[in-house]
Amino acid sequence: MTVKQISVFLENKPGALAEFTKILQKSEIDLRALSLAEHEDFGIVRVIVDDPYSTIQILKDEGYVCSVTPVLAVEIEDKPGALVKLLTALGDNGVNLEYSYAFLVRKAKSAFMILRVADNEAAGKVLRDNGVTPICQDELEGLFK
Amino acid sequence: MEKYFNPEVETASREQITAWQSERLVKTVERVYNTVPYYRKKMEELGVRPDHIHGIQDLRLLPTLTKDDLRDQYPYGLMAVPLSECVRIHSTSGTTGRRVVAFYTQHDVDLWEECCARAIVAAGGTKDDVVQVCYGYGLFTGGAGFHGGSHKVGCLTLPMSSGNTDRQLQFMMDLGATILCCTPSYAAYLAETITERGLRGKIKLKAGIFGAEAWTEEMRREIEDSLGIKAYDIYGLTEISGPGVAFECAAQNGMHINEDHFIAELIDPATGEPVPYGEKGELVFTSITKEAFPLIRYRTKDICILNPEKCSCGRTHIRMTKPLGRSDDMLIVKGVNVFPSQIETVLMNCGYPANYQIIVTRHKNSDKIEVQVEMTPEMFSDSLSEVAGREKELVSALKSMLGIYCDVRLVAPRTIARSEGKAKRVIDQRNLYKQ
Repeated sequence: MTVKQISVFLENKPGALAEFTKILQKSEIDLRALSLAEHEDFGIVRVIVDDPYSTIQILKDEGYVCSVTPVLAVEIEDKPGALVKLLTALGDNGVNLEYSYAFLVRKAKSAFMILRVADNEAAGKVLRDNGVTPICQDELEGLFK
Repeated sequence: MEKYFNPEVETASREQITAWQSERLVKTVERVYNTVPYYRKKMEELGVRPDHIHGIQDLRLLPTLTKDDLRDQYPYGLMAVPLSECVRIHSTSGTTGRRVVAFYTQHDVDLWEECCARAIVAAGGTKDDVVQVCYGYGLFTGGAGFHGGSHKVGCLTLPMSSGNTDRQLQFMMDLGATILCCTPSYAAYLAETITERGLRGKIKLKAGIFGAEAWTEEMRREIEDSLGIKAYDIYGLTEISGPGVAFECAAQNGMHINEDHFIAELIDPATGEPVPYGEKGELVFTSITKEAFPLIRYRTKDICILNPEKCSCGRTHIRMTKPLGRSDDMLIVKGVNVFPSQIETVLMNCGYPANYQIIVTRHKNSDKIEVQVEMTPEMFSDSLSEVAGREKELVSALKSMLGIYCDVRLVAPRTIARSEGKAKRVIDQRNLYKQ
């Protein structure tokens, strides 16, 4: 029901993100989605990749500090108002969105949202009750095959 | 004509000064041996008894003291009078765990204030002057020392304490302050603000007495030029009394140590052997007139050079250069003593690794301290607010330990250089000790 997001600590300085992506490139890791949160002197890059297990190992070997977080990935209908409906449902049920980002899948011809919430179970139920089912890691990968 | 607060003492002959020192040393040693068990124990360890001490030539037989002894004996262990005789305490700025607290009887406060009075007179102060004290008042000795010294000279004293620049400038102009007492960096800041606001014509300052932190000759000239004053250096430490242990005269060529109260020695910090005049060594003080908290051979860890030559001002008391460095790793930032070990303690208490680096810089005469810490998996999270919140907690823990604001920079693992031996913990880019 969830997908594995990898969050990585990066210093806020020129080339830091490039350096990070080079490491993924070297190991032929495919990025599915990426979002960057910046603070004064550091940032956190959050990525969804095709192979989270190898990615974590590679990053640790390279000396990066990173963590794995299960997050919700949901398909959004590509039409105006689709997001409103989903977010309203979450809000009405007291689910707070800590952060979120979107990515597109050409094959599925639709948009996907990553949702980071405190309680995946509870939020998942609200989503399902509203006709949206979060996808799991394999389903996500299937969209790219 | 040069003016002195206490001409008889300040221009006494070397023989007279030596005689005072010897007599007072003998008495002090006898007194601490009999009233302070800690001193007795330290002396017994070296097999020294008061009857071995006949004068300053025997000083070297006595054990030395360090800040560790003071911390160890906190708060009352080194008291040489009953607490009921004491009227005041002061304390050094933050230290790891236990602070250093110094006690004063009325006699001790008086002698300390006289030392400050001598400094004010040496800077040209008379009863007609208006002295603006912008050193902090409170546990810190800066405010209280100058305040009392200024009273002793009979100056109108403005007890401003530190901060609130607008109010400082208002009083400086409205009440016609003539002598400014503060840290050199604050003086530089005031000078800059006065220039920016075009107030130079409205101030009447003629002199400034600036201490509690290291400053360079260039900084002195800058302050003198921009404020149109003569800037005097002053030296002191809470353990020995406070500001005024040594002060500069109009010759601006070293600070006269008040030798009737404090015996100065210069030693090699590694061996403890005496260092000849003209060479660098660690300054060691023995207070020979204090009642409550006399210190015997207290190692200041300040490195300086002593100059016994007679000064053109007529004062005979020996002169010390500005501190040229430290024999330990203490930093003085914004006038506050900072030990890397304090920062390490805070990091560990907050769950960060002890792998850190301290970078001290000075921009426009204002000190800045940055602590770089390596991120660890334990301290990391996918939530920015969580990581930033921990960083903020660290900043406030550092502030409460050190008393000053530190920037914190979280850096990637393995980015702080590790060398074979000891890591280079401190990078001081201020170059304060160049001669």
